[in-house]
Amino acid sequence: MAEAEFSTLVEVSLRVNGERVSRRVEARRHLIDFLRLDLGLTGSHAGCEHGVCGACTVRVDGEIVRGCLTLAAQLDGADVWTIEGLSDTGEVRDLQQAFVARNALQCGYCTPGMLATCADLLERSPAPSRAEIREHISGNYCRCTGYEAIIDAVETVAAARRAATGQVAIGQATIGETAE
Amino acid sequence: MRAFSYSRAESVADALKGVVGHGETKVVAGGTNLLDLMKADVMRPTRLVDITRLPLNRIEETAEGGLRLGALVTNADTAHDERVRSRYPMLSRAILAGASAQLRNMATNGGNLLQRTRCYYFYDTGTPCNKREPGSGCGAIGGVNRIHAILGASEHCIATHPSDMCVALAALAAEIRVTGPRGERTIPFEAFHRLPGDAPQIDTNLAPDEIVTAIDLPARGFAAHSTYLKVRDRQSYAFALVSVAAALEIEDGKVTAARLALGGVAHKPWRDQAAEEALVGRPADAGSFAVAAEAVLRDARGFGHNDFKIDLARRAILRALQDAAASETP
Repeated sequence: MAEAEFSTLVEVSLRVNGERVSRRVEARRHLIDFLRLDLGLTGSHAGCEHGVCGACTVRVDGEIVRGCLTLAAQLDGADVWTIEGLSDTGEVRDLQQAFVARNALQCGYCTPGMLATCADLLERSPAPSRAEIREHISGNYCRCTGYEAIIDAVETVAAARRAATGQVAIGQATIGETAE
Repeated sequence: MRAFSYSRAESVADALKGVVGHGETKVVAGGTNLLDLMKADVMRPTRLVDITRLPLNRIEETAEGGLRLGALVTNADTAHDERVRSRYPMLSRAILAGASAQLRNMATNGGNLLQRTRCYYFYDTGTPCNKREPGSGCGAIGGVNRIHAILGASEHCIATHPSDMCVALAALAAEIRVTGPRGERTIPFEAFHRLPGDAPQIDTNLAPDEIVTAIDLPARGFAAHSTYLKVRDRQSYAFALVSVAAALEIEDGKVTAARLALGGVAHKPWRDQAAEEALVGRPADAGSFAVAAEAVLRDARGFGHNDFKIDLARRAILRALQDAAASETP
């Protein structure tokens, strides 16, 4: 049997926020460092770097993950979305507006990860209870707000999205125009 | 994190070639535990074999009427699978009691079996730990041991196994399918994890050149009367101080079959078959359940800070069995 091939440098080709990216990365490069240091996408934050705090939360192949416990080398062919992409497409615009309106952030360090996690919840569960929201964001630490304002913001957006069902595009455009 | 070299396996044979005869090689899938331990410098593999591309990512029916959970199915996909939810609700509930949404999306079933203890001395490379560095001593004995074992510990190690999923798997009497250079074999769940004894550095009976391919669930899922109760320092996102997987079959008010396994109390998920057998034929009531709880904890021993776990476990067993008996849909 031939020996398996091992290398300290790995070629990866993936999509980040819809754009194709090809790089040669060190095997030990974590996704969060790949995004921040190699691609300059500094919206995702490195917090505890032990998979606990959630500041590095990004979306990989449709699921939210820890950027600090994922190797970039493992992501050949993956579809990665960060807060930059989620903002640019308008996907989290209503959440961002509600976070501002409800004071759901102070220092903002947790916010990009928190928004990705809240967006994930609302995609799965259009009418979450406060307990369900609390449980879903339990892997995202916020040291400023005490969480209540974040839960308020998510509840507000969930209600607004439900109210706009059938006219989602119009509802989002309206909120977006108000913002600008 | 120290540098290492990486190989992406495209097949099981490929993966086995990568790990054969290389002591410092580790298999990586979700990476949630291994990469964390590498960052903490607790584990120092020089080579990683990435197995995430292997075709072990399905949940399938078995010929015996059970389910086969592929080793690479994520904890999240397993917990939310409709067949698992309806036929093995205790397992679904246990998985969702653990970690966070992000971690459950990454962590695989095989990795969950192989996760290592959260003992603070194991993580702290400045202190002695027989599991991390055999022969160096145990920092937890005589140290801070609030989260440590009350059953099956040894003078060399009082660490606990941190998994929630594994406690439910123990109660369900799952089987672990593994493959290696000597072929495939099946390991009964109770024989998979080890007690620390005098070799706490070895967590499981999986050989270093084998990989887990699947977890087989037997047909019997105890869907009507089962639960998973987890007691922890906060309501979410914390490891268990004590957890209980309890499952019953009841006819005319009498227990006809029982399963009882505990988490957070031992070096392995702690199933007590003697206590289970003693429940059979007895009325499904608090009196019988209290006797079972006493039986499970008859040899329990605290190490100071964790003495409270003995009482806590006794009460948790009683409550879990009562919840299981009461609930048609847990």
